[in-house]
Amino acid sequence: MSLPKRIIKETERLVSDPVPGINAVPHEENLRYFDVTVDGPSQSPYEGGVFKLELFLPEEYPMVAPKVRFLTKIYHPNIDKLGRICLDVLKTNWSPALQIRTILLSVQALLGAPNPDDPLANDVAQRWKEDERAAIATAKEWTQTYAKPEPEAET
Amino acid sequence: MSDASDDYDDDYGPGSDDGFGYESYEGSDYGDDGNDGFDDVKPESMKLKPYEVAYEVLSVGDIQRQQDKLIEQVASILGLSNQNAMSLLLFFKWNNDRLLEQYTEDPEGVLKKAGISIDDNEEFLYELKPVPGFFCDICCEDRKGLLTFALECGHRYCADCYRQYTTQKIVDEGESRNLTCAADCPVVMNDKSIQKIVEPAVYERYKTLLHRTFVLDNEHLIWCPAPNCEYAVKCDDVSAKDLTSVVPTVTCKCNHKFCFGCGLPDHQPSICALVSKWIKKCEDDSETANWISAHTKECPKCRATIEKNGGCNHMTCRKCKYEFCWICIGNWSEHGTSWYNCSRYDEKSGVDARDSQAKSRASLERYLHYYNRYANHEQSAKLDKDIFVRTEKKMTQLQSTSGMSWIEVQYLAQASAALQECRQTLKWTYAFAFYLERNNDTHIFEDNQQDLELAVENLSSLFGKPIQELAEIKVQVMDRTAYCNRRRENLLSDTAKGLAEGRWKYQVQIK
Ligand SMILES: [Zn+2]
Ligand SMILES: [Zn+2]
Ligand SMILES: [Zn+2]
Ligand SMILES: [Zn+2]
Ligand SMILES: [Zn+2]
Ligand SMILES: [Zn+2]
Repeated sequence: MSLPKRIIKETERLVSDPVPGINAVPHEENLRYFDVTVDGPSQSPYEGGVFKLELFLPEEYPMVAPKVRFLTKIYHPNIDKLGRICLDVLKTNWSPALQIRTILLSVQALLGAPNPDDPLANDVAQRWKEDERAAIATAKEWTQTYAKPEPEAET
Repeated sequence: MSDASDDYDDDYGPGSDDGFGYESYEGSDYGDDGNDGFDDVKPESMKLKPYEVAYEVLSVGDIQRQQDKLIEQVASILGLSNQNAMSLLLFFKWNNDRLLEQYTEDPEGVLKKAGISIDDNEEFLYELKPVPGFFCDICCEDRKGLLTFALECGHRYCADCYRQYTTQKIVDEGESRNLTCAADCPVVMNDKSIQKIVEPAVYERYKTLLHRTFVLDNEHLIWCPAPNCEYAVKCDDVSAKDLTSVVPTVTCKCNHKFCFGCGLPDHQPSICALVSKWIKKCEDDSETANWISAHTKECPKCRATIEKNGGCNHMTCRKCKYEFCWICIGNWSEHGTSWYNCSRYDEKSGVDARDSQAKSRASLERYLHYYNRYANHEQSAKLDKDIFVRTEKKMTQLQSTSGMSWIEVQYLAQASAALQECRQTLKWTYAFAFYLERNNDTHIFEDNQQDLELAVENLSSLFGKPIQELAEIKVQVMDRTAYCNRRRENLLSDTAKGLAEGRWKYQVQIK
């Protein structure tokens, strides 16, 4: 039940050397479970939003990828209603040499570059392809509605 | 048969290499019959019947040899090591035509895409060794003397992590074709590196997975669908597009007879597309089907309940001795004297007779007509078999008293096999006929069907005789067996020719 060295090291580094715009804090009672926030990248429809995610390191980690899911509602062609993410590094392209931080960076990059040709949320992807401008407007709207940063400044 | 999968993969077998690998036929098929304990399934491939296809049954060892041969062939054509040729073949899903085509156009690009380091260094040793000052990025271990492992790309991790990674890919994810470096890096793990890092049992698993992909990726190969059977069947002349003009039926070395096209049990003479339509239809109509396949009927004369206790359709009521046909409940004498007219569904008169009936009712009746006969032969085949098993048992018991030897009763085994095979064919003739347009060719088909059906019922009726009488009718049984087989051959030959020349017209669309 003791935590593998690898997870301890990764956690330490996430705290001591955090990635800008990304915050990951392990639960006290379960050190494999992380509360994550990701800032919407600038120049994207998600700019100004702060998105909450959960990240879980399965028993087999790092041989298998972490489980990551959006908790904040988001309008994005590669993220479905349940917050599941279609991202190759979380699936077939996972390598044990990748880390929590690299995964979260990939998630953030996905917000900056939606890919409607490899959709998870079909209806969103459809709209994205047919009327990109309207889709982006919806994504912005949702960001305003659901991903507003909490007024109390986090320390 | 399990080949020793040791390190010396290159086989030094004499005559295994004559320049370009030619056809991948097994050398063992020629001349040296019987030394491997297998009987040759198709010794006379030169004179196939119209409804037969050429094929070959492959053991796991054969598959391995075919794989090796293909690898060597590609290696020698491209001037690569066997290792790299194998990695390329895996990348191209064993499709060497596509591989050769693309490689000739852009060798470096193809190697790169396949994750093969450009310099073909066969001597790369994949050593497990300690490295001074090493830190494993996967487990964060940096013990002194920690064994490490890396592919050509130099992404080095501790041996335990690499082993865990590779084992996870092979055992948990079933990966065999697309194993790459543990780092986020496209360099492939070839056969040699995998063998070096994983446990022998995992390596065996890897080999099995490779055999699986080799068969699955090749449209001319199929695994025998019989449970626990490990043979595959190779059929070079049949592709998916041919399945409307041929019913490629094969028999595995385990004796299972099945369709190469769809993997279902022998369904000659019906083509695969109609078989799947028919099965779907029967599932949809299963309730009616259940009603139909009831095992008991009433005597049409005295209403006594009659149970069918053999495959024969010639029924005699125990109570009133009325003789009738199980299928149509008609008087048997009409069948016997004039003609066995129970297999033909006279559509015209059916429609005329009941012109007030709703169309759906008519189509249901039409379906039931065919289904009834289809299901009847299925059930009769089982009953015939039961009778044979019982007879066989009694025979053994009586052997001493009757003076009959085991050899002498083999004609019964042959008769039983013929009945099974013919009923299987008859069964599917009804599914086939159900979809045929009503025209002259169809009438000829149904005539053949009737001939076979009559032959089968005649043989089946002998089968139910008491055991004491069996010896006396031996010649008769043998004659009728031969006749059944001939009728079956006739029907299958004619149907197969019709398929080849596009003679059959269907009531449904066939893609
Ligand atoms: Zn390690
Ligand atoms: Zn690498
Ligand atoms: Zn088999
Ligand atoms: Zn078939
Ligand atoms: Zn009766
Ligand atoms: Zn009848």
